[in-house]
Formats: sequence, structure tokens, C-alpha cells
Amino acid sequence: MSAIAMRAPLWLRLLRDPRAALGLGLVVLVLLGALAAPLLPGAETPDFMATLAAPDATHWLGTDDLGRDTLSRILAGARVSLLVGLCSVGAALLLGGTIGLVAGFFGGWVDMVLMRLMDVLLAFPGILLALGITAALGASVTNTVIAIAVVNLPVLARVARGQALALRELDYVKAQRALGFAPLTILWRAVLPNALSPILVQASVLLAASIITESYLSFLGLGVQPPTPSWGNMLRDAIGFLDQAPWLAWFPGLAIFLTVLGFNLLGDGLRDRLDPRD
Amino acid sequence: MRMIAGRILALLPVLFGLCVLSFLLLAAVPGDPVTAMLGLEADPIAIAALRAKYALDDPLPLRFLAWFWQVLQGDLGRSIQTGRPVTAMIGSALLPTLQLALAALLVSLVIAIPAGVVAATRRNGPSDFAASLIALCGLSLPSFWLGILLIMGFSIALPLLPSSGHVPFLADPWEALRHLALPALTLGAAMAAATMRMTRATMIEILSADYIRTARAKGLPGRRVVWRHALRNALMPVVTLVGLQLGQLMGGVVVTESVFSWPGIGKLTVDAIFARDFPVVQGTILVTATLFVLINLGTDLLYTVLDPRLRNRR
Repeated sequence: MSAIAMRAPLWLRLLRDPRAALGLGLVVLVLLGALAAPLLPGAETPDFMATLAAPDATHWLGTDDLGRDTLSRILAGARVSLLVGLCSVGAALLLGGTIGLVAGFFGGWVDMVLMRLMDVLLAFPGILLALGITAALGASVTNTVIAIAVVNLPVLARVARGQALALRELDYVKAQRALGFAPLTILWRAVLPNALSPILVQASVLLAASIITESYLSFLGLGVQPPTPSWGNMLRDAIGFLDQAPWLAWFPGLAIFLTVLGFNLLGDGLRDRLDPRD
Repeated sequence: MRMIAGRILALLPVLFGLCVLSFLLLAAVPGDPVTAMLGLEADPIAIAALRAKYALDDPLPLRFLAWFWQVLQGDLGRSIQTGRPVTAMIGSALLPTLQLALAALLVSLVIAIPAGVVAATRRNGPSDFAASLIALCGLSLPSFWLGILLIMGFSIALPLLPSSGHVPFLADPWEALRHLALPALTLGAAMAAATMRMTRATMIEILSADYIRTARAKGLPGRRVVWRHALRNALMPVVTLVGLQLGQLMGGVVVTESVFSWPGIGKLTVDAIFARDFPVVQGTILVTATLFVLINLGTDLLYTVLDPRLRNRR
């Protein structure tokens, strides 16, 4: 790759990679859809004259058993899915990142205690841990965020710890120590900025996984509760109408698939572009 | 042996942590767990009896120690809903789950290994592109949606396979296989995507190795070189991935079993959550997580057995 290409901004380098560009396009589309959701009424307005209507010019993606417009509900569901995904990954990033950086930077017993705790969380299959937490706390948007954040926590803590372990041995960090800076100052000023890229890449990959986990929980009836639409609870409702109104199952599933595909492609692209060997 | 003993010893704190967390999940239920279990209208005598049974008036550490002692003896308590021992309920649900997990594993290997090998041998060709695209889509596909699509295709549009239920294999092998087909395909497809990517990547690396070039130079037929010489070595990392995925399957079954009403441990967990049958929830979570950890340990050890270089490493 030429020196000019190396100096190109990240978004431009992402756009030059067809797969990452497709991922970015899908993510932007979902974001725009979520932003446009309030412009399309009908997500929670029943119309008993148009129940289980097939897709047509009035209702592009059909209606459900209460006559609610599927497209409006999918767009409203995008808001919920993105909100839960972003909040849960954001919370895990803040807490898991801090735990990992502190564990890796300080080492010793701090590292041992914190990482054994993370090992216990990692010992649970993600969906099962999320199920257990929502079962204990109750089903709601907030508790779904908490459950998914706890599932993501150890993954981000491990990545952050690995970065801190590598960075603390570098000369410029040792130099700050020799100059007498406080450990937390060094962590904040020298370690964090340089550890951030791989942690953010992992976070972008976790966004896709978090959206799937939210849809699993909502599908099982333990995540976002009706009447608030989420892609998972829309699919749960669709189960009863598979033979009469199959579109109720097609479109929310397609929305999850395309969103997750978008974040996966974008995450792959980010990882490749932020790789120093790129 | 020292290494194996070390790995098992290192697992003990994790298993203890699993017990603590599984116990705390019940303790975290907001408000009074007995009211949560029996409802607000419950008989005060029943509430008092249940409080006494679970020693809920004791301090939390004491309750944990009593529960932990029971768990060590293989006693996970009794279901509030049915009164049956939780271990017996889990025992009868475990067999269908293992049956489903193994069938899904088989499905994934049958799809992924040939697809990965073909993609690697025809690198950058149309079949490689198609296989990679399908794998990428498979990784992004929520398994329960695939399950619903399969039900719509093979149970409703073409009524070939049942959409729900389970038939014991010994009772009617043909019906058992028909009931197993869709859930196994649903669960196996997601696994196949990752396994295919891993097989392709390792095969590409191995096909450029010197010993493969030597085998070709000796005039061995291409197929023999690929399937016997290259694949055998490419399977090493694939075994690890498959082992890890088998562990992940223990979580994945929760959703698939609910879609297909498969009477396994996942469905038992979800049903127990809705029934607020917390001893069953606690028990299923503890058992599933323990299985997950043990499968991961087994994979680690198997990898060491397969790769002599790791065995000799100190």
C-alpha cells in the first residue's frame, strides 16, 4: 500500500474495501431507518380493519394481527435494538475496559482477583448468563441492557488487559514511571489512548452479537416487552401466524440478519484497517 | 499428566465461582423470592414453610454454604412446580439436548469440512466466493429465524417434516430422525459457518507447505494429497473450534429448543423461568455452565493429545 493510501483517513480506507463499505452502508441504512421511525406512525396503533394484511401499496411490509404496520414496527424495533446494543456495549466498554486496563497495568493480586472474576463470567455460555440475569431481575429494556453488558464485560476486559500488559513494558510508559507520574495518570495519559483501537474494534464486533442476544431474549419473552416493538418479540408474535401471514416472520428476521451482517462486515473491515500490517 | 492435573486444578476456582454466581442469581430476585415464586396471594403458611425450607431468614453466606454442601452431594433441590428433584428433571432433559447437540455437530461437519476444502483448493474462484459468502451470511443469521424459515419451508409449504416435538430414538428411529432433522439443521448451520471458515483458512496455509509440494512432486494424485495429507493436519485447529462450539451449543440449544418445543435442558430452563421455578432455573444454569466448562477443558486436553509438540512443552 502506498504512503498516500496509508495517510488516508479511516473512513476513506473503509470505503475502499468493498466488504467494509457494504457493512458501513447497511449500518447507515439501519441508523437512518431508526431515525426515521417517528415519521412513520402505526407502530403501536392498531387498525382492526386491516389485520394480517399482505404487503401492498398502503402497507409495504403488511400488517400484524392487530393491524399494526410491519414496516413502522420494524423501524421502531431498529431504535430498540440499536439502543440496547449501544448501551450494553457502551456499559461493558466502560466497566470491562477499566477492569482490563487496571488488571493488566497493575498486575499482581489485582490482576489475579479481577481476571478470575472475569473467568467465572466467561465460563457461562453468553445467552444462558443473559437469561439467568433477566430471570432474576425481570424482563425490561433496562434489565436486558444490564444482562447483555454483563455478558460482554469479560470479553472487553480480556482485550483491554492484553493491551495494558503489552503497553506497560514499552519505553515511553517506563519513562513516565521514572519521571514520577502517578500510576493512574500514566494509565490515563499513556496507556489508555494507545490501547483504545483494538478495544473499540472488539466492541464493534460485540455490537452485532449484542443485537442477536437482545433478539433471542425478546423472542423468548425475557427481553423487550410488548407493546414496545423489538425484532425479537415481533418474531415471537409471528410464530402463531406462520401459515396465514408469513411476512410477519420474514421481515423482522431479515432486519436482524442485515443489521448483524452490517456490523460484522464493518467490524472485520475496522480490524483489517487498524491492523498495523495493513 | 502434570499438565492435565494442572488444568483440572485451575478449573476448581472457576467451578466454585459458577456455584456462587448461580446461587446469587436467585438471591438477586428483587423483593421476597418466596412471594416471587408463589405470588402475592399465596397462603401465609405456604410462604412460611417455603421460607423455612430455603432457610431464607439465615444470612446469605450461611445459606450459600448450606446450598453448596447440597450441590456437592448432587442435590440441586426440588422443583416448586412439580415437587420432583431438580437433578432428575435435568437428567431426563439432558439426553434430548445431547442428542440434538451431537446431531447438530454432525450436520455442521458434513457441510463445513467439504465446503472448506473445496473453497481452499479453488481459492478466489466462484466456488470459494460462494462458500465464503454463505459462511458470512451463516454467521450473521439468527438461528431462531433460520428455524422459523425451515418450519415455513419444510413443515408448512412442503409438509415433509414435523415442526415440533421429540420422539425417543428407541421407540421409533425413523420418526425420531424426522423430528430431529429441522432442529439439528438449525443449530448445525450456524456452527457450519465458523467451521467452514476455519477449515478454509488452515487448508490454504497447509496447501502451500513444503511437504505438500513434495507429495505433489512425487506424483501423488491431487485428491489424495488434499484429503489425506493436507486435511489431516488442517483438522487440528478445526477440532479446537468444534470443541469450543460444542460448548457454545449448550447455550444455543436454549433458543432452538424453544422454537421446536424440543424437551431438552434449554426448554426446561425457559419454562422454569416463566413458572418462576427458581430451584430449576438455578440447577439448569449451573449444570449447563459446568458442562460448558468441562467441554472446553476436554477440547484443550484433546488438542494436547493430538499435537505432540504441546504435550512435550513445559
